[in-house]
Amino acid sequence: MAVTIAKEKWTSKVGEMVLDADSSVKVGGESTLPFLQFEGDIPNRPVLALEVWDLEPVDWPEILKAPFAGVLADPVAWAKKNVEYGADVVALRLMSAHPDFKNASPEDCAATAKAVADAINVPMIITGCGVEEKDAEVLEKVGEALTGKNCLIGCATEKNYKTVTATAMVNGHSVIASSPLDINLSKQLNILMTEMNLPANRIAIDPLVGALGYGIEYAYSIMERARIGALMGDKMLAMPVICFVGQEAWKAKEAKSTDDESPEWGAQERRSILWEVLTTTTFAQAGGSIFVLRHPESVKQVKVHLDKMMESNAY
Amino acid sequence: MALTGLDIFKQLPKTNCKECGQPTCLAFAMQLASGKTSLDKCPHVSDSAKEVLDSASAPPIALVKIGKGEKELQLGNETVLFRHDKRFEHPTGIAVTVNDTDSDIAGKVQSINKLVFDRVGQIHKVNLVAVKNTSGDTARFAEAVKTVQDNADFALLLISEDAAAMEKALEVAGANAPLICSANAANFDVMLNLAKKYDSPLVVKGTDLNELAALVEKSGYKKLILDSGAREVNKVLADQTQIRRQALKKFRPFGYPTIAFADNADPIQAVVDAGVYIAKYAGIVVLNTSDPADVLPLITLRLNIYTDPQKPIAVESKLYEIGNPGPDAPVFVTTNFSLTYFCVQGDVEAGRFPAYIMPVDTDGISVLTGWAAGKFTPEKITEMLNSCGIADKVSHRKVIIPGGVAVLSGKLKEMSGWDVLVGPRESAGIPSFIKQRWGA
Repeated sequence: MAVTIAKEKWTSKVGEMVLDADSSVKVGGESTLPFLQFEGDIPNRPVLALEVWDLEPVDWPEILKAPFAGVLADPVAWAKKNVEYGADVVALRLMSAHPDFKNASPEDCAATAKAVADAINVPMIITGCGVEEKDAEVLEKVGEALTGKNCLIGCATEKNYKTVTATAMVNGHSVIASSPLDINLSKQLNILMTEMNLPANRIAIDPLVGALGYGIEYAYSIMERARIGALMGDKMLAMPVICFVGQEAWKAKEAKSTDDESPEWGAQERRSILWEVLTTTTFAQAGGSIFVLRHPESVKQVKVHLDKMMESNAY
Repeated sequence: MALTGLDIFKQLPKTNCKECGQPTCLAFAMQLASGKTSLDKCPHVSDSAKEVLDSASAPPIALVKIGKGEKELQLGNETVLFRHDKRFEHPTGIAVTVNDTDSDIAGKVQSINKLVFDRVGQIHKVNLVAVKNTSGDTARFAEAVKTVQDNADFALLLISEDAAAMEKALEVAGANAPLICSANAANFDVMLNLAKKYDSPLVVKGTDLNELAALVEKSGYKKLILDSGAREVNKVLADQTQIRRQALKKFRPFGYPTIAFADNADPIQAVVDAGVYIAKYAGIVVLNTSDPADVLPLITLRLNIYTDPQKPIAVESKLYEIGNPGPDAPVFVTTNFSLTYFCVQGDVEAGRFPAYIMPVDTDGISVLTGWAAGKFTPEKITEMLNSCGIADKVSHRKVIIPGGVAVLSGKLKEMSGWDVLVGPRESAGIPSFIKQRWGA
């Protein structure tokens, strides 16, 4: 018997964001739920970023440090390595600015960002150290130093969005808008930023995701709701979503615990990579567009999966 | 579409006999419409009315049971497309495959039996052992089924499209209601009769959605699991979405749980595909791996996706001891939202310093939400400090509160008489906090 394919008639779509200076890398633009090509268009594949720190990370597990042996203390070499590993985007984290670490000056951070940007030919995400006041100062200088490069900078929060938004507007960047696991807070921040005249297609939503086993379901449902909202015409939820998966997945006990500590969990290498990969691919099903990862093998595996998911399933 | 109370009332005897426990037939009809009672409470309803009402009030996706007794697995009764709309009811059953060509079948089953994980104080495990007739040999399949049945802690899924092989296997395992996999257009009548004979659930496999619907219609059987035949992850996603959408619209042929096979030739991609099937509607996912490094992430994903979004998971509000704390050990206060508690617990453990954790009962909500909602207050913390026995266990009077609620410190000190130390905002800062502020 013939089955009539059930298609939703969505009235709107996710906004399309350009991630580089010459418009060759874009995300968003979907007019349906994730990967349902039988129903609408999925013009852009989600992109995968690998992290670079401007400060050698001390508490990363060995499995995570190994692929970057020799470059962990050199952000430029590390960034180039990420490109070799197939990252679509390089995500520079200016951790040295943190008052608990080097408390590096905004000028020093800007110089590092410039050096990294000059050394690579892929789009860049640049985030501060997570201390909101300091990030505002740092991003102001970084934004200036990278004028016209159209980077994605952040994270803008309720506390520092004004400075970050102004910097982005003056210097032609896009902004990551972070708000903790609440669709209304997220919407509110997007409204405040667009009221400053930042175009909506220069905002990426960061819902502050949790890893597999550590609250993944909260962000998963918020992202599903935001996507449905976007498809039904809510412009303040129609921004592409960025997921900082690497920092969360590699914090999980299941990723950090060694073979000796948890033999009943199987080999750490396979388990930890799968922790990062499955967190990512699950968020891809909920509507994530930009994923910031840490391990090159995860990038490789997620890419293979996304290539398959981007093949048409039209009836 | 669901019937209204009045639609149901028209089908009832209208005698107001009260035997259903309701004062009138109309009251009973209203209760039925809201799903608060069941039709079998009415002893006088006519058979024809029963048929009309049963089919209209049946859940959009039938409940199907596999196995018997403690090994029974229930699937179906799903009512939504998105977990945030209500919740997903029955977690995806995870099946691990054993081939009848494997050399040490009993040993493999033992390793599957060990796929049991303790998380958030609950036990999570796989649900089925799939026995696959890879050899194509009838006797060998039956023998493998016997070995698996004798050793497995779980119900069975029998995979063979050869009706003769299935018949022999069911002579061994048919009494325990295994899932028969599968009936297709070529073997349909024989497989269906076997399922009926052993009163067991049956997988119906089409070459596409159209053939699947036709086979289901033809079967007249109710204990079904659906397989659209798709095997590539992008197409399985489309078919799973269609089956769930159409079932919710009460397209009856698709009103059953589904099965998906994670048999991607690349072993890592197979796990990734299985993750998609767990998130997107599969009733059962069949794995070829029994490596805990593959299964643990999938079981964890299932636990997360099938959590009821309307019910925060709480841990019991009582004093917890981490390591072997003595009278000078630090005392951490947090809330009893399980994620919050387990973050704090994990990070206190990571600090390798024995301590007490005191999760205050906030109805399972987090620190900042609890504070904003007036459920994480100096009063409540004081009450717990006084009642949980911590005062007898430690010789000091210092309590550490989460950095996010530093604002509570003054009032808490005043009310409890304890010194209040403001801890880090994020639990990840606990190890360095202990070193800097407590060890010295």
